[in-house]
Amino acid sequence: MATTTTGFGIGRIRLVTVLVILALWEGLAHSGLVYAGVVPSSFSVIAALAKLLVGSELYPHLWVTMGEVTVGFLIALVSGTAAGIVLGERRFLGAAMEPYINGLATTPKIVFLPICMLMVGVGPESKMLLGALSAFFPIVLNTTAGMRHISPVLIKVGRSFNVSTWQMVTKIYLPSLALPVVTGMRLGLGVAIIGVLLAEIKLSQSGLGALTIEHYNHFRIAEMYALLIIIFTLAGIANASMGRLTARLRMHSPA
Amino acid sequence: MKRERVSWTTPRRAWAYLPMLAGLAGLAVAAALLELVIGLGWISPLVVAPPSAVATSFGMLFADERLHVMFLITLGQAFAAILLAVAIGLPVGYLLYRHVQFGRAYESWLGALFAAPMVLLYPLFLVIFGRSMMTLIIMGALTGMIPIIIKMREGLLQVPKTLINVGLSFNLSSRDMLLKILFPAAAPAAFTGIRLGLIYALVNIIGIEFLIDYGGLGRLASDMYFRYEIPAMYGVIVFIVLISTLFIWALGRVEHWLRPV
Repeated sequence: MATTTTGFGIGRIRLVTVLVILALWEGLAHSGLVYAGVVPSSFSVIAALAKLLVGSELYPHLWVTMGEVTVGFLIALVSGTAAGIVLGERRFLGAAMEPYINGLATTPKIVFLPICMLMVGVGPESKMLLGALSAFFPIVLNTTAGMRHISPVLIKVGRSFNVSTWQMVTKIYLPSLALPVVTGMRLGLGVAIIGVLLAEIKLSQSGLGALTIEHYNHFRIAEMYALLIIIFTLAGIANASMGRLTARLRMHSPA
Repeated sequence: MKRERVSWTTPRRAWAYLPMLAGLAGLAVAAALLELVIGLGWISPLVVAPPSAVATSFGMLFADERLHVMFLITLGQAFAAILLAVAIGLPVGYLLYRHVQFGRAYESWLGALFAAPMVLLYPLFLVIFGRSMMTLIIMGALTGMIPIIIKMREGLLQVPKTLINVGLSFNLSSRDMLLKILFPAAAPAAFTGIRLGLIYALVNIIGIEFLIDYGGLGRLASDMYFRYEIPAMYGVIVFIVLISTLFIWALGRVEHWLRPV
């Protein structure tokens, strides 16, 4: 039933698609159908992008966001992996906690921002906390699932050698959990970036999210679009890097 | 084959309920401990509301803040968004299946969009549609549409060749082939996409409501924080968690019913 579109290579289709989108955008920008400035010309967006990249405004905000994402993500990585190991090791506890973790995992994390702000204030700490909370759930869920797939033989070997809990974690669990933890990290990093940026948009004076909403509030729309392009590119790079790490681990892990 | 009849009173079934009961007991103990430490003044009630105050705040939330109406507003927007997402997503998924080269060309783009922080595009729609329900519905539809397109195409690609050959042997028209063979066979996968889409739409709509202080549940959570109604703020957040959990559970049941294996 499926038909092959002859004469159109994949690369050509992609190129034509990009050109069509740009042409439609440009047409809309000059059509007068939407309020002037709402859809700025793609040339003015490119100019704003270049200005942002060579100027000094972007980078202080970029470092703030990167710092908040890094701290939040590291907190989630340590706490999520530890919680995942405990929940995976103690099956009954895991089964008792499962509905709550699943429920919280699918809740929009941004609604927890008021709680974060009440606990640690409205500064960068609340953004780190929200980033940590966002990334915690994918990591804990993947680690718990990974624990269930560790070979029982490995666990029995560890126990027969009477190893301590710490040795069990470092010598048996963590090496076996590399792939699920990295998969959780990949998902967690993506949601940590979203959590931090949304928290900055809601209430912050620094960070890429705050800069985006500042441009919006001052109706600097071309700059806002340029910033969104930068944010999407950075998120894409982070996701692709983690994806590459996952693929490399998958290649080296036993089937 | 005779099906084993299991009543909840049989030992196996009763054991299956133990973790759930333990979870509920743990939750009750945690709430009691929290109440105690807040009562002792170890944690300020202005930071963490006592569970008893959160429970009683629901009276005010339903009577004065019309929590049920806010819920319906959010739900209505999520359903409007998913209708739009289905109306666009299913045909696009089908077209990407029909035109193989286009499907291959856009496959990785769709995967990247699925992982991309689409919610951050909301200022773009805020600029176009303003602080309105339209922004929320469009954002919900946009985030919900991508899994529908991906899963619809995947479902169609996995339709057994035998079924397609049966259709071809009966000389079915393209329309009949789609309606009688392809779509019924791809329906479970398409529903998985719709389920994911609905979850994405709901989560994003609540999040954006919270950010732009407009709409239903998300707006109410933000409003309670800025009015410093701490127990009520916790109440709305608990309500959102419950709604998300129930919503996902119900969709999971429907999917299980559609795809029992």
